[in-house]
Amino acid sequence: MQATKIYSFHGGIHPEENKAQSLRLPLGRPSLPSELILPLGQHIGQSSRPLVKVGDKVLKGETIAINNGFLSSFLHASTSGTISAIEERLIAHPSGLSDLCIILAPDGQDTWTTLEPLNDWQTLSKTDVLAYLSEMGIVGMGGAGFPTQVKLQGAHKKPLSHFIINAAECEPYITADDMLMREKALELILGIEILQHLVEADKVVIGIEDNKPAAIDALTSMIKQRDSKVQVAVVPTKYPSGGEKQLIQLLTGKEVPSGQHPADIGILCHNVGTCVAVYDAITFGKPLISRFTTLTGDALKAPQNVEVLLGTPVSHLLEYADSEPKKLSRLIMGGPMMGFTLNSAAVPIVKTSNCILAASKKELPPPAPEQACIRCGMCEQACPASLLPQQLLWFSKSQEFEKAEHHNLFDCIECGACSYVCPSSIPLVQYYRHSKSSIREAREATVKSDLAKQRFEARKARQDAEAAEKEAKRLARQKATPSKAAEKKKAAPAKAAPTVAAAPAATDESKKLKVDLAIGKSKLKKLQKQLLEAQENEHLEEISNLQLQVTEQEKAVALLEEQLAKTAEAAPTAAEAKVPKPAPAPVNDDIKKAKIDLAIAKAAVKKVEKALKKAEEIQAPEIEAIRQQLKEAQQRADELENALVNPATTIPKTETTAQAAPSSVDADMTKKRKIDLAIAKAGVKKAEKNIQLLKEQGKNESEIEASEWPKKLIEAQEKLAVLEAEDTTDTVAKSQAKAEPEMDLANQIKKEKIAVALAKAQINKLNKRLESAPEDADKINQDIAATEQRLQRAEALLATLIHSQTNTQENR
Amino acid sequence: MFTVLLAIGILVALSLVFGALLGYANVRFRVEGDPIVDQIDALLPQTQCGQCGHPGCRPYAEAIANGEAINHCPPGGQATIQALADLLDVEAIPLDGDHGTETAKRVAVIREDECIGCTKCIQACPVDAILGAAKQMHTVIADECTGCDLCVDPCPVDCIDMVEIGVTAKTWSWDKPQGIAATSLNIIATDRQTEVAH
Repeated sequence: MQATKIYSFHGGIHPEENKAQSLRLPLGRPSLPSELILPLGQHIGQSSRPLVKVGDKVLKGETIAINNGFLSSFLHASTSGTISAIEERLIAHPSGLSDLCIILAPDGQDTWTTLEPLNDWQTLSKTDVLAYLSEMGIVGMGGAGFPTQVKLQGAHKKPLSHFIINAAECEPYITADDMLMREKALELILGIEILQHLVEADKVVIGIEDNKPAAIDALTSMIKQRDSKVQVAVVPTKYPSGGEKQLIQLLTGKEVPSGQHPADIGILCHNVGTCVAVYDAITFGKPLISRFTTLTGDALKAPQNVEVLLGTPVSHLLEYADSEPKKLSRLIMGGPMMGFTLNSAAVPIVKTSNCILAASKKELPPPAPEQACIRCGMCEQACPASLLPQQLLWFSKSQEFEKAEHHNLFDCIECGACSYVCPSSIPLVQYYRHSKSSIREAREATVKSDLAKQRFEARKARQDAEAAEKEAKRLARQKATPSKAAEKKKAAPAKAAPTVAAAPAATDESKKLKVDLAIGKSKLKKLQKQLLEAQENEHLEEISNLQLQVTEQEKAVALLEEQLAKTAEAAPTAAEAKVPKPAPAPVNDDIKKAKIDLAIAKAAVKKVEKALKKAEEIQAPEIEAIRQQLKEAQQRADELENALVNPATTIPKTETTAQAAPSSVDADMTKKRKIDLAIAKAGVKKAEKNIQLLKEQGKNESEIEASEWPKKLIEAQEKLAVLEAEDTTDTVAKSQAKAEPEMDLANQIKKEKIAVALAKAQINKLNKRLESAPEDADKINQDIAATEQRLQRAEALLATLIHSQTNTQENR
Repeated sequence: MFTVLLAIGILVALSLVFGALLGYANVRFRVEGDPIVDQIDALLPQTQCGQCGHPGCRPYAEAIANGEAINHCPPGGQATIQALADLLDVEAIPLDGDHGTETAKRVAVIREDECIGCTKCIQACPVDAILGAAKQMHTVIADECTGCDLCVDPCPVDCIDMVEIGVTAKTWSWDKPQGIAATSLNIIATDRQTEVAH
């Protein structure tokens, strides 16, 4: 087998490796922690959606969260146990913020769920295999956690020339991949074969740094044994040869163009951990629930590699590796170059956690204070992406993000080589990260504001269309109404003439006018409302337009009102002349109407005053217009008030002229009373009939009494009595001109006295029954209470009647 | 004499040719609309909140193009003022407090059990971000909400809260480093400018 040609990339550094410490001990397997914290966002893209509820029992490997969209992943229970909570917990993130996590309390059994391996992956369609991988929750385990199935799909864009397996592991301290290759060489090769089946690349190369001889030996012997086509390319140790783009450059000599992905130049790159996870998933049906992680650093007495369940808290691992809290000064997840400081050891291991570095103060001293850039250019020499770190620093510092972008800021892989070599200890990468996130934020804000603009414009277009439609309708109506109004105008003077014949016609006319007026007013109200709305929303064009409409409408309404007043005036005079009796009614109506108008006008004044105040507050340009409106409205209100006072003074006159008139008004009342009387009588009859019926059916008295009819009868009788009393008093008063009201009163008093007596008798009766039948005590007591109430009512009525009788007698 | 006339003739001919060319270009390549207004509008945050005193962002952009101050936009804050200053080549001035203060990004949230379904907030929302119908509970589409506050006042039952959008792990961004540390300014003797007298 011919060795692959190794190229080189620009820059790079040689930091102290510090890999030996964690390789002294064999692979460890920590015990189950008391709880597993499984964040829903362990990968790039949308967070997963939980499938379980608090309290659910889950088995090891069971799906507990599913993907949420295309760029997302599944999540599985790392062991069997109970879901104890789904809540915000601190997560492994440079921000030190919390995110939603599923908390799993292990039951200690570690019972596997039924595993369904994909044994026929060779014959199945590739899409199905990819879907299966997605369901197994497999993501890139090198660092970013890019969902593997998405990466594999992307690889189908172009025929692949190279399938590169990244085993470089260039970052100091980390040996997890090294240990994985030693422990699981066969699984790795088989996993690579599965992936090669899926992507069908021309060449499959494992890129590995020359500082891992044991792993290289294990792989080459395994490849020989299996007679695999996989090649092992040993690259010189240099940071950051494990960067995807750098490794591609090392192995193929090709550079991934700026802003593109390796797939665009026919290359696919996967981490060794991912390959093993794919093998486990396909062959055994095991989802991604554990990973290899390096525990290292001077603060640990037993630095080593562990195969750890996802969700295990870092504190549990520190305990396992015998940490010395006194020595521990900085806890880092990831390597010293690209990792981030953890503020708390409570955060869990996730799919992308390759190392926990518990560093002592001596090992990782706090960063030296930043000094001024001396333009030495060492950063440029070190940059593996061939950027100009110094230029980028200036632009980042001065917030000139556009220029930074022009200098390809987004090609920076944040490897930290520039910061490492900087003699002024400038945290260059931090500046770049800040700039990148600022630019991203600005982009997101632009997208959002564009969307808001779109929606605003769409809304405005819709509102304009609605307004135009309304305007068209209004114009159509306006065309129809003025002709009517004109007709009436012509007709009004003629009909308002105080001729005898004109009287009924005038009322007709006023009716029509009233209808028109009502329509006009409602229109006016609508317009005013629109205007108010427009003012609130500050649509300038609409406001002026609506104001015009409002004033127009107001004029029209005023005109109608004038006409109405004229006809109304004409009507009473005409009526007075010939028919004095019905005259008061229209006058009354008019007064009522005038009062209502006045109220409306006053409300309008208030409204306009309010609008004025508001306008003054915001110093709107339409203050003058609103003031004008206010004046108009006040004028109208004053006019109406005057109008109200004038006819009011005329009323007494008309009333005196038509003294006999009240009888006609009273006639209605009498009618109503009579109807009530008839109803009451019918009620009494019905009740009596029912009682009769019951008696005929042979029921004894107590049963009859128990039924509701006697009560009803008494009630109906009472009502009838009252009504009759009223009727007689009224009719007597009216017809005989207060001849002998005391007669009727006497009658009624008699009746009431009878009612009182009846009620008293019934109470006595009931009391007796209570004595004879104590078992019905409750019911009878109730009856007694009811009757007593009735008695009181009757007595009260009686008292008032007697009082009125004495009064009338005194008056006499 | 002839040469002078010739020179004049040539110059006249040239000026006519170029004049015609410019005139043609003026007609042929006329720019529709006002590009500066578009550019200003693109920098404004498009909350359509009206805090600047204009009915929307575009009217304010037009007003700026006509000489209004660039510091009337609280939602945009100092960043927008800076961007506008860069665009218009004027001095970046602090935000005018009369129009409001710069606040953290917020979204409207309707306390749904208190909503009476009056649709007043729906009518007030400039970006149609409130969902609901008459006598039905309303809700705010958080992704579309610009946090303009315009729905808060019309609500007759005061059931709309403006809630600050907190930072999540997804929206978090790296801080800018502190810059050159104060201690490092004293490292080089010649850099020490203070206390020379000692």
